[in-house]
Amino acid sequence: MSTTPPKPPGYQLPEEHYLNATYGIRSWLLTTDHKRIALLYLASVTFFFFIGGIFATMIRIHLLTPAGYLVTPETYNKLFTMHGVAMIFFFLIPSIPAVLGNFLIPLMIGAKDVAFPKLNLLSWYIYITGGCFVLYSFATGGLDTGWTFYTPLSSVYSNSAVTPAVIGIFINGFSSILTGLNFVVTIHTMRAPGMTWFRLPLFVWAQYSTSIIFILGTPVIAITLLLAGLERMFHLGFFNPALGGDPILFQHLFWFYSHPAVYIMILPAMGVISEIIPTFARKPIFGYTFIAASSIAIAVIGFFVWAHHMFLTGESTYAALAFSLLSYLVAIPSAVKVFNWTSTLYKGSISYDTPMLYALGFIGLFLIGGLTGLFLACLGLDIHIHDTYFVVAHFHYIMVGGAVMGYVGGLHFWWPKITGKLYPEFLARLAAVILFVGFNLTFFPQFILGYLGMPRRYHNYPPEFQVLNVMSTAGASILALGYLLPMIYLTWSMRYGKVAGRNPWPATGLEWTTASPPLTENFDVTPVVDWEPYDYKNRPDLGLQTPTAPTLAPAHGDD
Amino acid sequence: MSEHIVSPKIYILIFAALMILTITTVYAATVDLNAHFAGLNVIVALLIATCKAVLVILFFMHAYYSSKRTKLIVFAGFFWLAIMLSLTLGDYGSRSWDVH
Ligand code: HEM
Ligand SMILES: [Cu+2]
Repeated sequence: MSTTPPKPPGYQLPEEHYLNATYGIRSWLLTTDHKRIALLYLASVTFFFFIGGIFATMIRIHLLTPAGYLVTPETYNKLFTMHGVAMIFFFLIPSIPAVLGNFLIPLMIGAKDVAFPKLNLLSWYIYITGGCFVLYSFATGGLDTGWTFYTPLSSVYSNSAVTPAVIGIFINGFSSILTGLNFVVTIHTMRAPGMTWFRLPLFVWAQYSTSIIFILGTPVIAITLLLAGLERMFHLGFFNPALGGDPILFQHLFWFYSHPAVYIMILPAMGVISEIIPTFARKPIFGYTFIAASSIAIAVIGFFVWAHHMFLTGESTYAALAFSLLSYLVAIPSAVKVFNWTSTLYKGSISYDTPMLYALGFIGLFLIGGLTGLFLACLGLDIHIHDTYFVVAHFHYIMVGGAVMGYVGGLHFWWPKITGKLYPEFLARLAAVILFVGFNLTFFPQFILGYLGMPRRYHNYPPEFQVLNVMSTAGASILALGYLLPMIYLTWSMRYGKVAGRNPWPATGLEWTTASPPLTENFDVTPVVDWEPYDYKNRPDLGLQTPTAPTLAPAHGDD
Repeated sequence: MSEHIVSPKIYILIFAALMILTITTVYAATVDLNAHFAGLNVIVALLIATCKAVLVILFFMHAYYSSKRTKLIVFAGFFWLAIMLSLTLGDYGSRSWDVH
């Protein structure tokens, strides 16, 4: 018997699929196909990622020298604000749900589309409208309040274009709400026969939890920013003490959404990781129910911790004690996931394909991000590191090291399904390693900087901090290369990549049983599910491992 | 998802109730209830507003006729609002306990 596992057979692209079913710009702008809407989102969130990335690059160049290198202090304030707004509200929050979630949820549960396809398209238009308002704000004076829009700076003192920005984010909120609503109804009502709740892929559980936060949290941020805008425009007193308002109230309302929003960013990424790990460890996931339940637990407990952002901004000591304790609690379901992923790896037959590299990177980086969150939730320690670069490093470890890595890893994992093509594996692995190195070089020094006392949001710093800042900027340029590479080779592969076939990895989900790229209707016949999730032992229908035959090797674009 | 048909009579009744409550709100605002109990004017106005909101949700938005699951979702919305208000008030209420 040969020792090398057999390769999957050669494939042809299906003759008709969602990409070539209809042609022309109208067929895209008026589509109600969840897969095409996902691609519309892919293009638009990538655009905002680019905008946010340009601001980030300018921040890092500016911080090369202690006195500040590039821009005036006023412009510096605008750079980090616009970076945050573009990245958080217009890239990271919609990224995995609106791109991968839209594309995959119906495929994963065996449905033809989401429950409300027209509403789905409307969500995208709302997102674009909100995005235009925000771009208008950036172009006409910019924004300098920080992405947190704290009052009274945003509602009274700032001279920048706050009004269009808050209107834009208000509008964009409805896009999130409608997407969340669509996903909840889809998952409740459109599952294929046999697709019981506990057979759902964990990615779907993660999207479901995220949707809960979308629906219950987003109205609060939308209305809060609108109130700040009304105070600014019409001098109605909500947050301005001179008008009978209370500035701390703004912070409560803002973080009531914005802490859960950090889980909007990380939960879907955790869902991606839960799909990738069993596939490349070729083992059923360890602790399925615990992972599913921990997603819901994170979504709910995540709503009880918000005032840990306010320990030093005037909340009462007793409230701070309570929120500190509650913040420790939310770490438990996060840890449950990490333990289950590592247990899945144990004794697995692991291969280090590109998506797996991202997944393994995610585990390590999320761990650092999560544990430093516990540092910050510690009342005494937070006095020292609040509003320093330590906080900046903490949330970048989670949002970039965790959520963005999950997003890019997920894009690679499902790219063969989305486009029907394989990307060049060697380049892709190289890019994953470059990203990992660049990321750590950029953000690890920031933990040290913050611990030594460098405040965040300052345009200059004492000379003794220069070495660490230069390291960080050097890392950022490596990171930029790491993002450009996938943009190039993924685009290249759409045309020149090898044909992927239905199930190149191979993986067990329902989405892998249909053609790549799928038909507009997703499946030829409604699938009937009579297997358990992540069952790598008993799926001869997919050509997976059977007691007598060895595992198939993943197909690569450059084999 | 069967649609429940609500008779026009119910709509008119609810509408009338809402109008009466609106008039009550305006009237209550002209009476100085604060003289009896500090803040009573606001409390009364909010109570009336709550009644109106409940009527709208139950009848105009058909929550009264909806499935248990829909009711659960409606309840969740209010429960989350309660989380927000109670924990925020927890901060305000305990400010005066601080030892300086
Ligand atoms: C493991 C649970 C976590 C805990 C206990 C935690 C704790 C904290 C605390 C206490 C702060 C405030 C620090 C300060 O301002 O002094 C903070 C800031 C922050 N965290 Fe976390 N965190 C956790 C997870 C996350 C996750 C999952 C994300 C994002 C996906 C995240 C994103 C952020 C952001 C964006 C900020 C800073 C916001 C700002 O001021 O601009 N955190 N975290
Ligand atoms: Cu938080």
